[in-house]
Amino acid sequence: MIRLLGVLLMVVVLYVVFVTSGESARSVGAHQDIANWLGYYGIVTVGVGILIISGGIDLSIGSVVGLGAVSFSLLLRHGYTPFVAAVLVVLGSSAIGVFHGLLVTKLRLQPFLVTLCGLFIYRGLARWLTAGDSIGIFGRTDEAYVRQVKAFQELLVKGDVFGVKNQLIALIVVSVLLGLFLHGTKWGRYLYAIGANEEAARYAGIATDTYKILAYVICSTLAGFASVLFTLDNSTVSPVSAGSWLELYAITGAVLGGCSLRGGEGTLPGMFLGAAILPLLRQICSFWEISGEVEYSVIGAFLLVGTIADELIKRRGALRR
Amino acid sequence: MNAPPLLEVSHVRKQFPGVQALDGVSLAVYPGEVLALVGENGAGKSTLMKVVAGIHRPEAGTLRLNGKDVPFAGVAEAMRRGIVLIHQELNLAENLSVASNLFLGREKVIGGPLGWLARGSMNADAQALLRRVGLAVSPAHTVGDLPPGQRQLVEIARALSLDARLIIMDEPTSSLTQAETDRLYEVIDDLKRHGVSVVYISHRLAEVRRVADRVVVFRDGKNAGMLAKAEIAHDAMVRLMVGRDLQQLYPRRHSLAADARVRLDVRGLTYQGGSSQPLSFRLHGGEVVGMAGLVGAGRTELAEALFGIRRVKAGAVFIDGSPVVIRHPRQAVRAGLLLVPEDRRHHGLVLTESIRRNLALPNFDRLTSFGWIWRGRERALAGDMMQRLRVRASGPGQAAGLLSGGNQQKVVLGKWLARKPRVVIFDEPTRGVDVGARSEIYALMDQLAGEGVAILMISSDLEEVLGMSDRVLVLHEGHLAGELSRAELGEEAVMQLATGGRPRAARTSNSGVQPTPGSEPA
Repeated sequence: MIRLLGVLLMVVVLYVVFVTSGESARSVGAHQDIANWLGYYGIVTVGVGILIISGGIDLSIGSVVGLGAVSFSLLLRHGYTPFVAAVLVVLGSSAIGVFHGLLVTKLRLQPFLVTLCGLFIYRGLARWLTAGDSIGIFGRTDEAYVRQVKAFQELLVKGDVFGVKNQLIALIVVSVLLGLFLHGTKWGRYLYAIGANEEAARYAGIATDTYKILAYVICSTLAGFASVLFTLDNSTVSPVSAGSWLELYAITGAVLGGCSLRGGEGTLPGMFLGAAILPLLRQICSFWEISGEVEYSVIGAFLLVGTIADELIKRRGALRR
Repeated sequence: MNAPPLLEVSHVRKQFPGVQALDGVSLAVYPGEVLALVGENGAGKSTLMKVVAGIHRPEAGTLRLNGKDVPFAGVAEAMRRGIVLIHQELNLAENLSVASNLFLGREKVIGGPLGWLARGSMNADAQALLRRVGLAVSPAHTVGDLPPGQRQLVEIARALSLDARLIIMDEPTSSLTQAETDRLYEVIDDLKRHGVSVVYISHRLAEVRRVADRVVVFRDGKNAGMLAKAEIAHDAMVRLMVGRDLQQLYPRRHSLAADARVRLDVRGLTYQGGSSQPLSFRLHGGEVVGMAGLVGAGRTELAEALFGIRRVKAGAVFIDGSPVVIRHPRQAVRAGLLLVPEDRRHHGLVLTESIRRNLALPNFDRLTSFGWIWRGRERALAGDMMQRLRVRASGPGQAAGLLSGGNQQKVVLGKWLARKPRVVIFDEPTRGVDVGARSEIYALMDQLAGEGVAILMISSDLEEVLGMSDRVLVLHEGHLAGELSRAELGEEAVMQLATGGRPRAARTSNSGVQPTPGSEPA
């Protein structure tokens, strides 16, 4: 609870800093810029957050997004309808999650290593598929095709409901569903128990392997969905840069939101708020004309301060007992 | 004992979350004496020694060394004062050599600031130390390759290298063979001759009789009594340790019906890491069967095999007459065979989670609809269980890790009580549990047996085995060494089977009530 208040406080402070940093920051457009980034980035953050709660980790998210983005564009170019192409990409990503989960549970490989290998493999595949070239979703020019893609783009990304971008709405829908799953169902409980003490969960008669695989599938599936949003949002994607560094941003967001890398800790509202921090920081940097080069340092410093504060609060709590 | 005590601690108090570990205990150790510190699990023996060795800082109490008041200090200062604690689970770097371990943190170097290790000189010194403890291994030997008994001697050699005046040994023989134990006694005798004092923590009373000059007994964090050399006797120690009548501690209200049906029937079981000799035995409804044996006899492994943690190679298991295949605890739970594991902190509980969530964990089948948890039912389950088991906690929201050992064990039990158990295996049910909670756990066991549950109680505590069991199975090196009926039960008989001997009365048949080979249970 105190962690949730902490991250809420961080988001509120950052938001206040943001809206007071200039006239243009208060514009609808500036908010929608944040919403767009928050949308697909938040979805991967929630995915990896659930995985982290179960005691896992996924370093391949960015590459899965890259591969998904390229595949989605290629499928469109080959004449698949946008909906079918999106479903195929999402299912393909789920398969990657199953693959990771099996390697971790059945072969007992370390999650860090398995997904580190994935980081290279999927990025390599993405670059190989287009020979390194960027690829756009409007590769074909026939009118029916363009109309279809535009409609799909409008539906998932570009459109808005009373000014709230659809991409942000997608994140909210995903968060609510997964929040109910994580906090309301026994399966969510199992993930917490496995993350905190896998052996005790097994001794309680829980099929731990099944639920660990499930966590990898959730993470990869959401990365696949995010790759579709990312592609629709940008129209043209590069196999080199699409989703690169995203895994680290997502893990950062989840940790800021209260997930412990030791597993068993974290909440969905926390992850949601944690995901909002980096987009806000980035937007503040651009309004304050902090150059893109030091942006990384600002993010790193922020995470470090957050971690230290968290540790101090925890120690305070331990002393009081 | 005219000399002033080497060490004197008085009125020490130390609190851990949920438990008053030390409640004003005092202890004096004289130069060159072997003082045995005995008491039940959780009596505070190890805690006080950790206070003396500087690991824990007490809330109250005084410390006198050689008659002078000194403040309690950290580990480094305690070592400088010549007090060395040898932990139950040894603290050696297994990947390093014997010599490196002996001088870990105090390496001899040459070449000034370059800090080049003076291997030759360290090896020579190590050799001398090893000779003193009678250990014939090369100082260059890797510690991880040594058997437990020799590692123990390496620890003692390290203590000697620190010029220890007082060496504290916490359950030093728990993983030693008889020959290694005898060797340890010789080393202790030699230490005594050199004027080194030894505090010997053990609950093996036979050992205490062998080594101790004096016995101090703790109970529930307080001094329970002291016995001089001449007074050291088994019954006297037990009376002081338990502090109450044994009859009162072990309730036996359940009675075994003559026609009790077989609930668990294990036939020809072999499992990974177990003996190649197949195991067969039966448990009847309403029966408490003790399982005794030395550490390493394979009792926990057997429990793990039955519960689906350990891979079964061959054999059949029947529960209430129907064959069951158990490859995962999930199947065991479904079949009504439940385990209260030995290592409750790692296997029994999720320590960071609340009592309520721990109790709910294996019981969601009755707390959910389509996976959705009904909070009301979950709260009701927690409330019922905490009341029924008399769990002492600030509330159902308290983290399980903050409970005392006894209350933790009650929560582990509570996880299973909500189900309809048929067979319950208790593995060391009262390890680290205070006397009060112990009798409550025994009462629950008795109550379960009264309801017709078959109970297998694995225990290293002979008092407990003798007090609770209707029948005792004894394991020795992974196979069933024999079986003792209640009439045949006795400490001697159990120990003889456990160490590989064969008492007159023991039968080595595979089951209790008249086994008829090959017959199917009804």
